[in-house]
Amino acid sequence: MSGRGQILSWLYVTPLMLVLIPFFVAPILVVLAASFFQSDGFGGLIADPTFQNYTEIFSSKLTANLYAETIEFTILTWLFSLIIGFWVAYFLVFHIRNPLLAIGLFLLCTVPFWTSNIIRMISWIPLLGKEGLINTALLRVGVINEPLEFLLFSGFSVVVAYVHQLTIFMIVPIFNAMARIDKRIVEAALDAGASRLDIMRMIILPLSKNGIALGSIFVVSIVMGDFFVIKVMSGGGSASVVGALYEDVGVLQYPSAAASAVVLTIVVTLLVALILRTVDIRKELTR
Amino acid sequence: MSAAARSAVAVPPVSKAVVAHAIAPRAEGRPWTFYVLSTVFVLYVLALYGPMICIYVLSFQDVRGGLVFPMKGLSLHWFVDLFTQVRTGDVKGSFERSIKLAAIVTVATVIMSFLAGWAFRRRFVGDGVVFYLMIGSLVAPGLVLSIGVGLVLHFIGVEGAWYTSAIGAQLSWTLPFGVLVMFAVMSRFDRAWEEAAYDLGATRWQTIRLVVIPILAPGLVAVALFGFTLSYDEFARTLQTAGSLNTLPLEIWTMTLNITSPSLYALGTVTTIVSFVIIAICLGAIASIQKRRAVRVPAT
Repeated sequence: MSGRGQILSWLYVTPLMLVLIPFFVAPILVVLAASFFQSDGFGGLIADPTFQNYTEIFSSKLTANLYAETIEFTILTWLFSLIIGFWVAYFLVFHIRNPLLAIGLFLLCTVPFWTSNIIRMISWIPLLGKEGLINTALLRVGVINEPLEFLLFSGFSVVVAYVHQLTIFMIVPIFNAMARIDKRIVEAALDAGASRLDIMRMIILPLSKNGIALGSIFVVSIVMGDFFVIKVMSGGGSASVVGALYEDVGVLQYPSAAASAVVLTIVVTLLVALILRTVDIRKELTR
Repeated sequence: MSAAARSAVAVPPVSKAVVAHAIAPRAEGRPWTFYVLSTVFVLYVLALYGPMICIYVLSFQDVRGGLVFPMKGLSLHWFVDLFTQVRTGDVKGSFERSIKLAAIVTVATVIMSFLAGWAFRRRFVGDGVVFYLMIGSLVAPGLVLSIGVGLVLHFIGVEGAWYTSAIGAQLSWTLPFGVLVMFAVMSRFDRAWEEAAYDLGATRWQTIRLVVIPILAPGLVAVALFGFTLSYDEFARTLQTAGSLNTLPLEIWTMTLNITSPSLYALGTVTTIVSFVIIAICLGAIASIQKRRAVRVPAT
């Protein structure tokens, strides 16, 4: 491309960069720098380089527990949102014959994405609570004699809230990938004698792989970076990496919060990079 | 050729019989998986909307109301309570701030995403860097960025506010979405339309204003929908950057920790109504644009 075209392209991305540099690059660099500083105990930073913040993180048994718990929630959420998201997208693409109806049902799935996550989370309380709808119904039917305690303010309700919020992030990319599959390939496979399992295994799954990867990136990075759902829905019973970090900030321990933020960012980046190895995300998104 | 003969050529009878049992059958018979997956879908939609509907219903209880069913009375008590009581915090103020903030972020997101999407149609030196910075900004933990921006403000000695630093922090979240939507929209934009405008003597600005923007309008509305709703609900990135005055999600966060009355549900109902109005406006705008086009070009 000509020099003029290059300058023009850069001119067009300048506003984007003017946001990304001060609000993404700079904060990350400052957090990185602060993680090597010392705290004066009153929210101030002492610019005396030290590895102490990191040695504390890696020598603490608490860190390992936090990560174990957060990763457990991440895997469970990922698994359930993938299973539900995959079959919902599959149903919409391959089972709904009327394209207008398919788009309508797709929109029905996406509308809650545009409403408040927090409100959608707390909306589980009247259902899962000790006197909630589910317990009341089960008691009345006589399946149980006393209310199930594990439904709310537990690991169970955390996963329910996450899956409720994040399945849409699986549905949209998988739906897009599946919608691009040429139906004639499926018919050709049938003509050639393929079973439905073969079609799923050799056509649908490989061709929707990119969508699955993209959805997984969203789900994994959001759950790993969350502290809100886990705090409210576990009723304080479970902690998360970011939750602990937020508490550090609350008591003005910026350097240790920063070190923990750096470790978390590296872990999330590694996970995303691992997923990216299976797919060319840029080709997928700009196609 | 008769119609019957033509369809026979188009769909050989052999494959027609097989297709009846295919994954996407065009014939009458539905495979058993259809019924299983329909059930899954219906259950998913029920789980998606059911809980939300519960809290809307519960927010209309009277003063005796609690957090769970059964419904106690029917009134607007908790809505009045929400906007008049001091103990529930500054709901009215945070509500106004959130709407204004979302409006500003929406306009900025539409313009910046459009420009960036336009640049990304072709390769340019360093496009990969811009792209991966954007993806990084999308997947980075919101609270980490929030703390980072807070520290930057601390170092340069500036006080954060919802109308300054929070705008930038939210844009770092809405822009990647906006640009990704623009990618999808741009991939369907035919360069020939732009070339034709130039050939007919249009200037660059005329081409953008009279050709490109009208063609991309539905996509731009979609970007606006993302911009508004993502900003309106944004929590983690705003937490450390909004300064002393709360936005609505921050206010709701405080409420979830201390308020145990249906006024929390009333707030949920109010904010969801706002979201639904925005969604309806945007989807309505897209539908009306498409409809106008369909009238103009009946052949397609």
